[in-house]
Amino acid sequence: MSSSLVRIEAKGRCFPFVAEPKSAALLKQLSRTPKLTGVTAASRLEIRPAPETASCGIAQVDALSGGLPRGCLTEVCGPESSGRTSLLLSALAVATRREEICTLIDASDAFHPHSAAAAGVNLERLLWIRCGVNSPSSLLAHKRRNTTSLEEWERRRREDPVEQALRAADLLLQSNGFGLVAIDLAGVPLKTARCIPLTTWFRFRRAVENTPTVLLVIGEQFCAQSCASLSLQLRDSVLSSRFSVLSEHPSSNGHDSCAEQRPSHTELLSGMEIQAEVLHSRTERKPAQSVSTAFQTKAAWAG
Amino acid sequence: MPYACIFVPDFPVEALLRAEPELRSQAVAVLEGKPPLQKVFAVNEKARRLGIDPGMTKIQVEPCTELVLRPRSPLQETAAHAALLDCAQSFSPRVEDTAPDTVLLDLSGLESLFGSLPEIARDIARRTSDLGLEANVATAFNPDTARFAARGFAGVTVVPEGKEAERLGNLPLEVLFTELISPNPTEEAVRLLETFDLWGVRNLRALCALPEIALSERLGQAGVRLQQFARGAISRTLVPVDPPLIFEEAMELDHPLVLLEPLAFLLAHMLDQVCARLAARALAAQELRLRLELDTGFHFVEDLPNATTHVRTGALGSLQRAESRGPGRAPVRQQNAADIALELTLMHSSKFIRTLQLPVPMLDPKVFLKLLQLDLKAHPPDAPILKVHLSAIPAQPRTIQGGLFLPPTPDPEKLELTLARIAGMVGEDKVGSLHLLDSHRPEAFRMQRFVPTEAEGQKEKPDDVSSAPVTALRMFRPPLRATVTLREGKPAHVVCSKRKEVQGEILWMAGPWRSSGDWWEQDGWARDEWDIAIQTPVVSRRSSVVSNALSLYRLVHDLLSGGWFVEGTYD
Repeated sequence: MSSSLVRIEAKGRCFPFVAEPKSAALLKQLSRTPKLTGVTAASRLEIRPAPETASCGIAQVDALSGGLPRGCLTEVCGPESSGRTSLLLSALAVATRREEICTLIDASDAFHPHSAAAAGVNLERLLWIRCGVNSPSSLLAHKRRNTTSLEEWERRRREDPVEQALRAADLLLQSNGFGLVAIDLAGVPLKTARCIPLTTWFRFRRAVENTPTVLLVIGEQFCAQSCASLSLQLRDSVLSSRFSVLSEHPSSNGHDSCAEQRPSHTELLSGMEIQAEVLHSRTERKPAQSVSTAFQTKAAWAG
Repeated sequence: MPYACIFVPDFPVEALLRAEPELRSQAVAVLEGKPPLQKVFAVNEKARRLGIDPGMTKIQVEPCTELVLRPRSPLQETAAHAALLDCAQSFSPRVEDTAPDTVLLDLSGLESLFGSLPEIARDIARRTSDLGLEANVATAFNPDTARFAARGFAGVTVVPEGKEAERLGNLPLEVLFTELISPNPTEEAVRLLETFDLWGVRNLRALCALPEIALSERLGQAGVRLQQFARGAISRTLVPVDPPLIFEEAMELDHPLVLLEPLAFLLAHMLDQVCARLAARALAAQELRLRLELDTGFHFVEDLPNATTHVRTGALGSLQRAESRGPGRAPVRQQNAADIALELTLMHSSKFIRTLQLPVPMLDPKVFLKLLQLDLKAHPPDAPILKVHLSAIPAQPRTIQGGLFLPPTPDPEKLELTLARIAGMVGEDKVGSLHLLDSHRPEAFRMQRFVPTEAEGQKEKPDDVSSAPVTALRMFRPPLRATVTLREGKPAHVVCSKRKEVQGEILWMAGPWRSSGDWWEQDGWARDEWDIAIQTPVVSRRSSVVSNALSLYRLVHDLLSGGWFVEGTYD
């Protein structure tokens, strides 16, 4: 049976349409419609190729996540002493060894240069931006006596370290040419980090797209949500389990009797056992259940 | 040997028009002298058509409403002359600085580089125009013929070899008397010109036709020499100069500038000129120096008894400290961590100097303008601006060879702008790369300017992940003061008032690790470090449930002050 054209009138406009269409004929017909010229059918959209990945310097995490995706936003979260900064330094060390130019936007001015040097970061290739300090413009505004409330609000907004970090990230991502841009929001209060608009993360994701830059964000909680291509949750497994036992069954004076027997100077912080979990990955199919791995860090003096 | 001459007619006016090109379509007269005895020193062609001549008083020309009057600016004339020399130097290394408005250059051997003589002359005219000067260009086979042709004929003129007398024949006799261009001609020149006028000799053709012996008998060797000039029969060698590589533009303002925005317009134009001059010499800028002469009254210097100079920069400026130095010594450079090293020098109470050191040689006026704007925004001058001097320190342009397998690096010009913008937000000394100092003192590092080094190809395997990552320390800046309860000489309980989560019983500790240093200095240090673990509350990811986790901190006991501090957390 040959297909016959019918005319559908909607709001005074006529659209040629096919009655009892075959799919190919329908697509062909639609493609001739002037307004739909250049529109690709959803069924014919190409699958986005998997992004190139870069090693983060920790074999276990690379095996778990496939590495840090380039041109994407990666979020690493965890509480204090969960190994976020260790992972960041490791990623910076590997990137600088690849002779890439890296940037660390430090919202809480917490970066410890000697730790970075011990981790193997080439400091000459690392641009460190320390936020949350008095900028020249804010100093000038301070000196002006007759500032209005709006100017005062604007001054405070500029002095906000998170605001400074986001603006600096915006500028750097527009510059291109960086191998790794890291935003350290780990020391930022949770309330402030949650107030970052989602549009900011969308803008960052868009800016870094189709570039070889790895955008890495570390924090206490996930802020970028669906804008992140990879979300990693970290926690210190061994310390937590070991000390939780201690805290549940403390000795009479709150101290471990065994530990008391040893002088404290014989103890040494040799490292941490970190557990990493992939919570979200755009590059791979969602795992049926939570996938995690563990790795160990070593103290700089542990040899 | 072929020569070229670049001649800028009405040079004082052209020097002004170079700084204010919007006046090019108007009649302009340049005044000289002290008020009220100002006289017209030079005029352009449009003003000449209005009947304005050099020598007229200001009162005589003021009724002409179409005429724009400007005071003579020696600064701008010097800059225009330097630009003229740069233009000539961009074609030939043998350049004679004949007069402020005239430059002669040797063109021998340049045909293979730039083409035929007419092409070279056109190129010279084009490049002079790019530098903001409208000039006449003439080529000839002796220097003086080229000079007279440039003075006599507008535009580009090529005088063929052997046809000098024929080509120059129609020119008036005045071209031979270059002194007549100035308002005060010499008596000898005036006498000779009057004599020729009485004889009915008014152009060079008539002068060439005079019998040489009779001319010698009546006017002496001066007359014969003038005739030889008119015939193009005299040839001489050039006196080449090697102009110093100084690229400076200056502008004197009629009214003091208060706002930075109009200053940006002036700077944009001056930067265009400086970059054009640098480009003409195949150079780039390694450093930019902006010197502003300010209206006095707002700016003063205090000399302190301990030989330290404090520069008070008024209501808008900030109190900056500059090291004291003796008279005549080079200014001390303040090393900043930011990408732009800035220098504030007070040579005189009314001068304000900013220096922009660039990481690589650059030649983009737009980038320079933005950098200067950002710098002036952060460090505004504290008084109205009277004069603007802008100079560039030249360097060889950057040459790079990109590699297919090398990682991409940021574009230096773009990065410089970005870093300047970020420095404006967070502070100049808060952006840059790190340099660790050879000391065990805590925080022994220095911020330095970030200059991305070129990749050299990987010498080691980059993704070597065999070793475990290093446990990182996150610093609290400044360190958190803590109240520590000791039990048997060891910390047992810590309370940190500024950070509520850092408090509680110490569950594990290691230490003390004692260190000290610089005891021979005033700022010596001595401390005991402890690694401690305490329980901290953690908010769950999906809900607001608070659970407990253990955190590792570095606790420091300052042995000199006796205070306890939480310096950082292991993360």
